[in-house]
Amino acid sequence: MSTESAPAPQSKVAEDVQQGPRIAVSALATNLREYGLILALIAIMVFFQFTTNGTLFKPVNLSNLVQQNSFIIVMALGMLLVIVSGHIDLSVGSVAGFIGALAAMMMVIWPLGPFSNPLVVSIICLIVGGAIGAAQGYWIAYHRIPSFIVTLAGMLIFRGICQALLGGGSSVGPLPDGFKALSSGFIPDVIGPLTLIPPTVNAAGKTIMGSGLTLHMTTIVLGLIAVLAYAYFGVRTRRKRERHGYEAEPFALFVVKTLVGSALALFLVYQFASYRGLPVVLLVMGVLISLFVFVTKRMTIGRRIYAMGGNSKAAQLSGINTERLTLMVFINMGVLSALGGLIIAARLGQAVPAAGLGSELDVIAAVFIGGASAMGGVGQVIGAVVGGFIMGVMNNGMSIMGVNVDWQQVVKGLVLLGAVIFDVYNKNKA
Amino acid sequence: MASTILEMRDITKTFPGVKALSNVNLSVEEGEIHAVVGENGAGKSTLMKVLSGVYPSGTYDGQIIFQGQECQFKGIHDSEHKGIVIIHQELALVPMLSIAENIFLGNEHAKFGVIDWDANEARTSALLKKVGLKEDPKTLITNIGVGKQQLVEIAKALSKEVKLLILDEPTASLSEKDSQALLDLLLEFKRQGMTSILISHKLNEVNRVADKVTVIRDGRTIETLAKKDISEDRIITSMVGRSLDDRYPPREPDIGEVVFEVKNWSVYHPIHAERQVIKGIDINVRKGEVVGIAGLMGAGRTEFAMSLFGRSYGRRISGEVLLKGKPVDVSSVSKAVQHGIAYVTEDRKTYGLNLIDHIKHNITLANLGGVSRHSVIDDMRELAVANDYRKKTNIRASSVYQMTGNLSGGNQQKVVLSKWLFADPDVLILDEPTRGIDVGAKYEIYTIIARLAAEGKAIVVISSEMPELLGITDRIYVMNEGRIVGEMPAAEASQEKIMRAIVRGEGKAA
Repeated sequence: MSTESAPAPQSKVAEDVQQGPRIAVSALATNLREYGLILALIAIMVFFQFTTNGTLFKPVNLSNLVQQNSFIIVMALGMLLVIVSGHIDLSVGSVAGFIGALAAMMMVIWPLGPFSNPLVVSIICLIVGGAIGAAQGYWIAYHRIPSFIVTLAGMLIFRGICQALLGGGSSVGPLPDGFKALSSGFIPDVIGPLTLIPPTVNAAGKTIMGSGLTLHMTTIVLGLIAVLAYAYFGVRTRRKRERHGYEAEPFALFVVKTLVGSALALFLVYQFASYRGLPVVLLVMGVLISLFVFVTKRMTIGRRIYAMGGNSKAAQLSGINTERLTLMVFINMGVLSALGGLIIAARLGQAVPAAGLGSELDVIAAVFIGGASAMGGVGQVIGAVVGGFIMGVMNNGMSIMGVNVDWQQVVKGLVLLGAVIFDVYNKNKA
Repeated sequence: MASTILEMRDITKTFPGVKALSNVNLSVEEGEIHAVVGENGAGKSTLMKVLSGVYPSGTYDGQIIFQGQECQFKGIHDSEHKGIVIIHQELALVPMLSIAENIFLGNEHAKFGVIDWDANEARTSALLKKVGLKEDPKTLITNIGVGKQQLVEIAKALSKEVKLLILDEPTASLSEKDSQALLDLLLEFKRQGMTSILISHKLNEVNRVADKVTVIRDGRTIETLAKKDISEDRIITSMVGRSLDDRYPPREPDIGEVVFEVKNWSVYHPIHAERQVIKGIDINVRKGEVVGIAGLMGAGRTEFAMSLFGRSYGRRISGEVLLKGKPVDVSSVSKAVQHGIAYVTEDRKTYGLNLIDHIKHNITLANLGGVSRHSVIDDMRELAVANDYRKKTNIRASSVYQMTGNLSGGNQQKVVLSKWLFADPDVLILDEPTRGIDVGAKYEIYTIIARLAAEGKAIVVISSEMPELLGITDRIYVMNEGRIVGEMPAAEASQEKIMRAIVRGEGKAA
């Protein structure tokens, strides 16, 4: 800046000088919400860690927590895009229930021969989910029928089909083990376990459950790779910014952020490794979350979705095909609802008529707790994920504490309202 | 013989950075039709907003004396209470309510909150009779035409026991026949002793009904003409007679071959399918040329431009667009952009910007391909581009991470311009590029336009400010009621000539 030879007016020079610290402050301000949310999650976890006498962070409970809530988070990824583009999808719970029923029928009841293979069934189900999303998105995108109405209809329709498919009130199962692994399975330990403390053997010569310490080494190695990659890409992006002469965020903030993030991740990895390793569904979720962060932050389609949600007319006049984009957002939602349905069915080991009932509200709540705006155009993938975990940890923690289900709903409602009020208050203050 | 009903003395109204009105005086006598004329942006509407209390007392200087009393209106309710009713250009009716419901909206005949519909409808029928509208009071507003809606507005005004009726461009969206009926109604009211103020730039109408004409220009009262002195020529001279100083950057036009050509372009209204908005327009623009489209509000200029740009307006669009002599398909915005056509909207907040996102993302939105590879955005390249355009167009912001919603109008306009400059079009259509921005920012925008022309782009500028067109363009088309009614080299054009083309065109279009 100082090498500029052209005479700049006084005010402009002052402006440029101020730019450095100002960016730092604004970076902090814009990320405050995200950090605040993560801090809130940590605070809630610590709170329940105490009130449940340490049960929450027990490896077995962490695995449960992930397996119970993964379908909410998977669907929240799709819902985030739906809400950012200025819409809503009320049908996701019913679609998930329907797909679970469809999968169970294909695998257990219908004589499909080789097509009842869990992998084939899953792929077909994801395609059906996409088609459902397309069918709903078509009316929303091309005929401008409010998404609230279209998906409310979808909610009724697919719950009905789900129940009809299962023949009234009955459940269909058991589902094959290969399929159940999607939800309740753990990744195989290809490296081999590392026994640090041998388990105690009782008088009968059997090992006592939970005693000793054996680490699932594949999980440890994967965790280390992930943390190193996280730190490496963080540093690389930072270097790149600096090379181009742009200060990203204060160095101290960056270091603290990276260290806290890594420490937290390593702690969780250690907990999983000391139990049965990384749940398969956590791996699936991790891959999806990374994919959606990348799509929303780095890809043109992500940018276009935010622009469409922020000002649909301006986006259209900038050459963005808003109709097709809306359709794609709903197809994506349909596929993820289907995946959510498969995860639910795999966890229960059977398809039940009430699978996913009411989960659309949990999914939507997760996205709003995560800071998305009901007006569209605002919202982050990480926010929705953390929002989903906040809901999940509260569910889990309150259940362990023995809080009545009725009161659990009251608490969740208050948290949702509080999070949004906090957001609006912050925005008005800014 | 008549007494003065309204006097506005030395009204001065300042907006941040702009003096909209300075020492305006208006004196209206009881029982007359007083016309207020002036160019768009001269300050007519501001003056009426001061009078009706939209700008409450205390936000302006000067005195309002109505029926001998000094008034300090705190809001529109106060002025209506005194019998001053304004009917705005954009009608304020609720489409899905009936005529009767609209007329008594907020003012219903009711006991303990229970509406007496019979009383409302009986009164409505009486009012409709007065304005000569034969409609059932239960008819929904959405089911009657604009002309009739205008009459409902007037009936609503009458229901408030109006003493002074102000009509802001009442015939702007009316057909010739409806306009005539409305003017006849005004004359009838006058016979009954009502006073009205008519704001209009249709001089033939003013000529026909007004007893007095006050001309406003640049926020000042120029003169008030009595009935015997009213003539179109006199008013035009008075309306536009301002000196032109160096408000425009100098430029040396270097004009090449025809780049952009539109042939026989016709467009119908998107809702009223039988109404033809654009009636067979032919224009062409050359390389390095700045072409202006002049005309009054409602002439169809924006509709023309938006229908050209990916059919963003209207239905049943016909006609041909040629780029460098070859017909091109501009049936969607992305196709138009691919062919190198860009349209910078007149309404930047509604159509131009994502106000909840920052400058950087707004600038690259129309050309994300230019900052990405395999659909993955290169953050650094995007930042460099945004900073580059921020410098080029002199956007005043703390950084490119500032929300566009927090920028001033001039800076917002520069962001929209940057967006389209980055898309690198051959043809750039600018719709009211300087509306609502201050003089300094205007000069900067003119400089950008001159530079683009020098780079060989073909530029179309739509503007309601005639001095602006005269100052920055090479050639001017005059548009009125969906047609081109005149074409002249800017060097030979004058505001008077343009105004004459418009006024003459008005008769032809009927």
